[in-house]
Amino acid sequence: MDNNKPVRLLDDNGLRVDGRRFDELRPLKIEVGTLDKADGSAYVEHGRNKILAGVYGPREAHPKHIALADRAVIRCRYHMAPFSTDERKSPAPSRRELELSKVIREALEPAIMSEYFPRSTIDIFIEVLQADAGTRCAGITAAALALADAGIPMRELVAGCAAGKIDGKVVLDLSDVEDKQGEADLPVALMPKSNVVTLLQMDGSLTEDEFKQALDMSTDACRKIYEMQREALRQKYHVIKDEADKEEEVTA
Amino acid sequence: MSATHQGSPVARLEQKTVVDLIGKGKRVDDRGPLDYRPTTIMLGVVEKANGSAQVYLGKTKVLAGVKIQPGTPFADTPDEGILTVNAEFVPLASPTFEAGPPDENSIELARVVDRGIRESKAIDLKKLCIEPGKKVFMVFVDVYILDHDGNLIDAAAMAALGALVNAKMHAFRVENGEPVYLKEMIPVPMQNYPVSITTAKVDSVTVLDPCLEEEQVMSCRLTVTTGKDDNICAMQKGGGLGFLSPDEIKQIVSTSISKAKDLRAKILSNVK
Repeated sequence: MDNNKPVRLLDDNGLRVDGRRFDELRPLKIEVGTLDKADGSAYVEHGRNKILAGVYGPREAHPKHIALADRAVIRCRYHMAPFSTDERKSPAPSRRELELSKVIREALEPAIMSEYFPRSTIDIFIEVLQADAGTRCAGITAAALALADAGIPMRELVAGCAAGKIDGKVVLDLSDVEDKQGEADLPVALMPKSNVVTLLQMDGSLTEDEFKQALDMSTDACRKIYEMQREALRQKYHVIKDEADKEEEVTA
Repeated sequence: MSATHQGSPVARLEQKTVVDLIGKGKRVDDRGPLDYRPTTIMLGVVEKANGSAQVYLGKTKVLAGVKIQPGTPFADTPDEGILTVNAEFVPLASPTFEAGPPDENSIELARVVDRGIRESKAIDLKKLCIEPGKKVFMVFVDVYILDHDGNLIDAAAMAALGALVNAKMHAFRVENGEPVYLKEMIPVPMQNYPVSITTAKVDSVTVLDPCLEEEQVMSCRLTVTTGKDDNICAMQKGGGLGFLSPDEIKQIVSTSISKAKDLRAKILSNVK
């Protein structure tokens, strides 16, 4: 397995294994409202990541004792399909998935106006159908859209993107091989309008300057992804919006 | 499934006192915003463990024990020993802890401590190989939270590091793929000393090393773990529904790096 690994992750022209520049995002494909039964849903392809997010709620808290008197309880499950990785992954939730469910919930919660729905729950389900590094960030990108699609009042969207370090250079949006052989990974989620970070994790080795560079790079990328998220939402709702515009013209 | 935590059982009035104090640059326990609580570390407190350390961080008390035993290596690292970090939130440590399988908080803590040790390459895992692909030493670091008065991550990371530095294993030579233990005891091969520094954001102010009362009113926390070369090896934002601006993060990272340096010197002076 290790025999065919490329020795270098950057070539002489500074291009990466998949031909990207150091600050280039992988291609994204975003669809909103892909599921029928869920109150809100979104499908995101981020490079070779394929991620589906579904939202149910606000709905009655069950079991009742988990309800909060002044806000909705947000619940989040991040889960990887057994066939999403090179080696089959057991479908039972791993410690990694439990940790990610927590940090993803904490990344999305600041954006949700949960105080409008006391005694109820909002459930967020993220299924990773294919994993290729950066699943938590792509999961956040998808889940934020699913929440918006469910009509849940939000302060704004949340977009996620990682930066990292390969062959001694800070680069954006690591792919699987770069994540495994690289020197550092820094997943970030951003609420772009208020310019605040809601998810921040890091592992590997970065100097303070490299960290600052990586943070700036990933927040810039989050802003780009945010534009794509808005566009994807518009795609689904442009019919509704057109109708609303027409109505506005009539009343004006 | 990860769910929004129930609110803290602290009275609103008390919460307001804590927040107001921090807003004025003061704290409930008379510290300044960037002061760390008094820290004591005692090594070798459990003789049956290969290594152990008990850490007092203010009133927070954490015990870590290291056990080392042979086992099978992972397929992708056939010539490296195995590091496992686990955390127990023992029910006697806090009225909010319950017996049972680890919850997301203890998993998060264990994984953040694990990342600090692993990513800083604190242990030279190659030296723990007995027979590549067949047998290696497994290092189990078990963290026991004994008294919870806030900032468990830093205390746990410190206890884990102390226990590893304290740990002794039998010297061994390899015969027919099996370890033959010698009388001589050797330390675990350490090559880095990761130290975690956690900062809490309360209102719009950041304070280092939050105590429990401060954790109950914080909007979020950021843990920064650095190695002896001042490189950052692990980070984790968590602890609530809050957010941090990029500038706040950079400021916290900068402060954490210099604080970690002081704390590392202190821990190592205790050890040697």
